[in-house]
Amino acid sequence: MIPAIDYIRILPEVVLSVFGIIVMMIDPLIPEQSPKKPLGIIAVVGILGGLAATAFQTGFYGSAFYNTIRVDTFSVFFHVVVLLIALVVILTSLEYLEVQRIRSGEYYGLILFGTVGMMLMSSAVELVLIFIALEISSISTYILAGMRRRAAESAEASLKYFLLGSFATAFFLYGVALVFGATGTTNVYGIARYLQGQSSLLAYLAVGLMFVGLGFKVASAPFHVWTPDVYEGSPAPVVAFMSTGPKAAAFAVLLRVLFATGAPGWFWMVWVSAVLSMTLGNIGALVQQNVKRLLAYSSIAHAGYLLVAFAAAKQVGISAAIFYAASYAAMNVGAFAVVSHFASAGEKYVTLDDYAGLGRRSPLLAAILTIFLLSLIGIPVTGGFFAKFYVFSAALQSNLVGLTIIGVINSAIAAYYYLRVIIYMYMRDERGEVPVARIPAGLGIGLAICLIATIYLGVLPGRVLDYAMQSAQDLMK
Amino acid sequence: MRFINDNILSIVVFLPLAGAILLAFFPRRDRDIRYFALAVSLITLLASLHLPWYFVRGQNGFQFDEDAPWIAHPNIHYHLGIDGISMWLVILTTFLMPMCVLISWKSIGDRVKEFFILMLVLETAMIGVFVALDLFLFYFFWEATLIPMALIIGMYGHGRKIYAAVKFFLYTMIASVFMLAAIIWLYARTGSFDFVTIQSAIQGGQVPGFASAALWLFLGFFVAFAVKVPLFPVHTWLPDAHVEAPTAGSVLLAGVLLKMGTYGLLRFNLGLFPEESRRNAPWIIALAIIGIIYGALVAMVQPNIKRLVAYTSVSHLGFVVLGIFSFTQLGVDGAVYQMLSHGVSTGALFMLLGMIYDRRHTYDITEYGGLATPMPVYATFFAFIMLSSVGLPLLNGFIGEFLVLSGAFQAKQLYGILAATGVIWSACYLLWMYQRVFYGAVTNPANNSLRDLDARERVSLWPLAIAALVMGVAPMLWLHSIDPAVSAALKQFSAITQAAAPATAHVTQVVSQVIGR
Repeated sequence: MIPAIDYIRILPEVVLSVFGIIVMMIDPLIPEQSPKKPLGIIAVVGILGGLAATAFQTGFYGSAFYNTIRVDTFSVFFHVVVLLIALVVILTSLEYLEVQRIRSGEYYGLILFGTVGMMLMSSAVELVLIFIALEISSISTYILAGMRRRAAESAEASLKYFLLGSFATAFFLYGVALVFGATGTTNVYGIARYLQGQSSLLAYLAVGLMFVGLGFKVASAPFHVWTPDVYEGSPAPVVAFMSTGPKAAAFAVLLRVLFATGAPGWFWMVWVSAVLSMTLGNIGALVQQNVKRLLAYSSIAHAGYLLVAFAAAKQVGISAAIFYAASYAAMNVGAFAVVSHFASAGEKYVTLDDYAGLGRRSPLLAAILTIFLLSLIGIPVTGGFFAKFYVFSAALQSNLVGLTIIGVINSAIAAYYYLRVIIYMYMRDERGEVPVARIPAGLGIGLAICLIATIYLGVLPGRVLDYAMQSAQDLMK
Repeated sequence: MRFINDNILSIVVFLPLAGAILLAFFPRRDRDIRYFALAVSLITLLASLHLPWYFVRGQNGFQFDEDAPWIAHPNIHYHLGIDGISMWLVILTTFLMPMCVLISWKSIGDRVKEFFILMLVLETAMIGVFVALDLFLFYFFWEATLIPMALIIGMYGHGRKIYAAVKFFLYTMIASVFMLAAIIWLYARTGSFDFVTIQSAIQGGQVPGFASAALWLFLGFFVAFAVKVPLFPVHTWLPDAHVEAPTAGSVLLAGVLLKMGTYGLLRFNLGLFPEESRRNAPWIIALAIIGIIYGALVAMVQPNIKRLVAYTSVSHLGFVVLGIFSFTQLGVDGAVYQMLSHGVSTGALFMLLGMIYDRRHTYDITEYGGLATPMPVYATFFAFIMLSSVGLPLLNGFIGEFLVLSGAFQAKQLYGILAATGVIWSACYLLWMYQRVFYGAVTNPANNSLRDLDARERVSLWPLAIAALVMGVAPMLWLHSIDPAVSAALKQFSAITQAAAPATAHVTQVVSQVIGR
């Protein structure tokens, strides 16, 4: 008999699933050619319900369903991050879908289901459940990537993402199988108990395979090759979603798999992947003319910075990684929200040349995008600064001087290409024919959320960091 | 009143920012925006005058201290405070600001609102740099000056403005990363970002591993500041940034931003690493002297007036660095004084250049000639300010240079002799430039019909001209509060130099002999 309290521990997931089903059911009732905005509103209500359910959960920490789910500060933190990402993405999509004439109600349903998968990823402590959650979130995003049906590159993005993605999840599954072979259990904390003080070749292999699978999800080098193409082809709000949501969730899983299990032999893997991600991401971004591609490479680089915190390993490192995931989500979703508004019908305007003179045509949008870009650089007063600051000081505390130096050099390189966007917006003359629509209410609210989060994390990071440290502690328990 | 006195530094720092935020929302017409910005800058000036008014001269340490925990982890405090050195740099900033608004009145006609927002944000950041006593807060403000300035150059400059803006940004940012690394190291070993705490920990020898890392830490800070000053081999961003920047940008760049570098050297390099400072002084002084002479020689051959004035900054700031690293009371007093007086006279020079640029849209010396005929008032102002920059006795430039040179002679005669040639050079290039631009017959017919200065332009020049004169005649007004702060900063060096003991009396004596009082 499953106690009732267990259902509270998956309440946010339940709420979102219910709303997802409602969206799918109402969809056929709306005439084919009319806008699907009401569905978006329902989805927003669902997300808010999910947030409320998460808040409710904080009174009920503990495990559920025979130790497959664990609600702690760690899972709550990632629930909130993922839910806020989904909220902003849906708010942005309200206008975007209209402009692009995408009349698919399932769009909102898929975002909700994808979010369910990501939330489950952060609270599952059973590798098989983690795998299922991973699949829920992945399959939703595969479909979402192909939502611009009339555009060839969108289909390409979807197919590429799907093929490579399923290949990568197979690696993860193989890793899980090997773990089971090595330890006789797939429960994270069970594995931790087994691995205490001993490790076998099998365990090393398993960790490596799981790292490959998750490395693909977080777009870290050398598993990053899909990223630019997929991000370029997918609808811009979907890119905002998948460059942050699944990434944050996959990092959460990675934290559990690597640290909660006390897995062996990950250090050099993470080290090499961090260095490669930062370097390849930043160098790739230097030469991009397409803003979506530029941000794709930048997201690879950011995965690298996050892995630096992983390499630092100790509690400070984990809390730095958690903090980084949150502030990266805020600034990146915000940046993509601006990009998606600015892209116009058919995503015509996505090159740097189209951004020339944006500071004159649309001062507010340009100023907001500038703040997000400055945060991505890591300039003080923004969340990006403290995120980098915590990551690198954690690395220094673990005496990873070489890694820190590589990271700092990389962030200096990164400043250049983000600045290029700002330069285009403010200092180049506009070409004249690029239209800019008024900012609709939904986008306005979404941008405000991102902006407030970015500035808040940059001015008063204390509370969030304390919470991240608490989460790190809970994770290791 | 009590509230104001306790929070005066926060008020001065954040008044411009508050103004900028209000400006973003309220006035719509360009004219209102200008008046609003002027009002904000004047109120800030007024508020900042509270500082010298209530400054207690004899008191050691920092005054108007504000200390509140800001972020618990890492242990960052919102710690502000000033001594006699930083106080006058704050006043210099708030004093130049209204003039910058006035000078941009007509020359900025496009995107006016953004311009004044950037200027006010910049003011907050600049003042913040001078009053921050928490190393992290200092770095925070230091970086915060970067973006508005780069945008001002890139958006409102002329010619190769983007190149200049990016060069400025990258130079400063990359250099300050090294400073951040040093700051983090200090934090890791002391658990504090507080300047005073770290300083006493270092003096007490309670920082593990300090001896082996000191050189690297010193260099980390030094690189960031040397780029900003700019010291000789890393000065190349300066001419570009100055020439392409709009007038107000150049005034603030020369007047205040460069001082952030020398202020940093004095406060942090000397304050935290006295031993390393002493050990590295010879090559730093060599660079400073090279800067003095090289800057002057390069200035002499410039065909572009603004570039010429930009290179004089390299030369004049060389004096400041020389003064600081002479470790003598006179030298450092002079360095601080030179910072202030360079802000006034070079700021004024850039404003004058902006006025002629508004009329003719060129800085080429060959385009001008005989300007004194159509613009007598302009020529008079120019002559006065130029002479103050050259270092004519009874004007401000002289006091600073003289004190620095006396300090340099005390430290080592060779330094003094070499640096003294800089005084001659500066007379050469500025007087020669003045002769080519203003004297003789009008060579270019386009210059015949030039308007002389109007009321707004005169109003913006008078305060600077008066300041130049007062600073030249009554330097003790400033030196009285600068001197104790300098001797406190030099306390750690007293073993090295004997001149520090009867400091104030000595300086008074020297100065009054010089100006004949």
